[in-house]
Amino acid sequence: MANEAIAQADRVDPIHQFHINSLVDFGRVGDSPFAFTNSALFMAITVVVIVGFMLLTTRGRGLVPGRMQSVTEIFYEFTANMLREAAGTEGMRFFPFVFTLFSFILVANLIGMVPYFFTVTAHIVITGALALLVMALVVGFGFAKHGFGFLKLFVPDDVPAAIMPMIVAIEILSFVSRPVSLSIRLFANMLAGHITLKVFASFILSLGAFGVLGWGGAILPFLMVVALTALEILVAFLQAYVFAILTCMYLNDALHPSH
Amino acid sequence: MADDRSEEERKKTEGGQGPFADVDLARRMAALSRSLEEGKRGRDETARRFEGKGGSGYAAAMRLASEFVAGVLVGAALGWGLDEVAGTSPWGLIGFLLLGFAAGVLNALRAAGKIAEPDDRLAKNKDGGPSRHE
Repeated sequence: MANEAIAQADRVDPIHQFHINSLVDFGRVGDSPFAFTNSALFMAITVVVIVGFMLLTTRGRGLVPGRMQSVTEIFYEFTANMLREAAGTEGMRFFPFVFTLFSFILVANLIGMVPYFFTVTAHIVITGALALLVMALVVGFGFAKHGFGFLKLFVPDDVPAAIMPMIVAIEILSFVSRPVSLSIRLFANMLAGHITLKVFASFILSLGAFGVLGWGGAILPFLMVVALTALEILVAFLQAYVFAILTCMYLNDALHPSH
Repeated sequence: MADDRSEEERKKTEGGQGPFADVDLARRMAALSRSLEEGKRGRDETARRFEGKGGSGYAAAMRLASEFVAGVLVGAALGWGLDEVAGTSPWGLIGFLLLGFAAGVLNALRAAGKIAEPDDRLAKNKDGGPSRHE
């Protein structure tokens, strides 16, 4: 019996939670399958939660906001202040974009914290797509606004001509690495956090299989899981915030000829 | 004249009937806007203090590390890709890995606010716009 339980616990697969399953198959597009997956389902849930929350809480339209309306208003003001501080008042034209991005990542992270739920942002496909969207906006808007003057972003002044090519190459690499760091940071944080949680939780099972002595030992990983859960919720907020504030700063690059 | 009046009398005229109602109202408005202003400043300060410490320190650490790693990774990937296309193996990888390392250091320093952001260069007048960095 005990051995069975141990074997059961050993079979806990910390990666299993990230499996993509297709829920509704639409056939194939070219060579790749085209389906409504669990990832897509949770993205849809995320959007529904955000829109639903915003609509329901602001329905009263109280001049003096109620408790829930306050939450929405604080979230709005927080995002607006963040954008204004990083990109100036002119940056407010990107407010809908930044607000959407911020709320999507935040809510997706938090929904991922619910047991048995799928964490959308733990897949680099999602975070990479979001980061590339940001960069496409920065480059597109930068060129539209400054024309080829935007390329001055890569050319520092006061640099001797001899080392200019190298500096420009480094600057370009630095720019290209932005979406990489943006997407990897979010994805790695969510992935690593959820795997750690799962691994420590499986320790509880393994130790618990050893009987009374094991139950005593299982308290330690249990405390760890409790602490990690709190940490993961903090990380969920933090990574959404970091993604959003970096988006604001990159948008500032595209926006501001005179800061 | 208004100064001689006791607190109680002032309270009586708060209904707006007395000749001093306007003065009262103006003073109360001033006091209100002052305390609002103070509250606002306090909020900003708490916000900034939160940014400087605690969870945000963790965020800063994550950011510095990932900025550096991303530079190196992008350099290596570009170099490897160039080698694949141009058949210059291994020189593209070596060269771009080094450049990527430099870009990573640049990223990290920029994230730490030690070097000006590239967009400052687009500025016409470079004399000290306030730094956006914490």
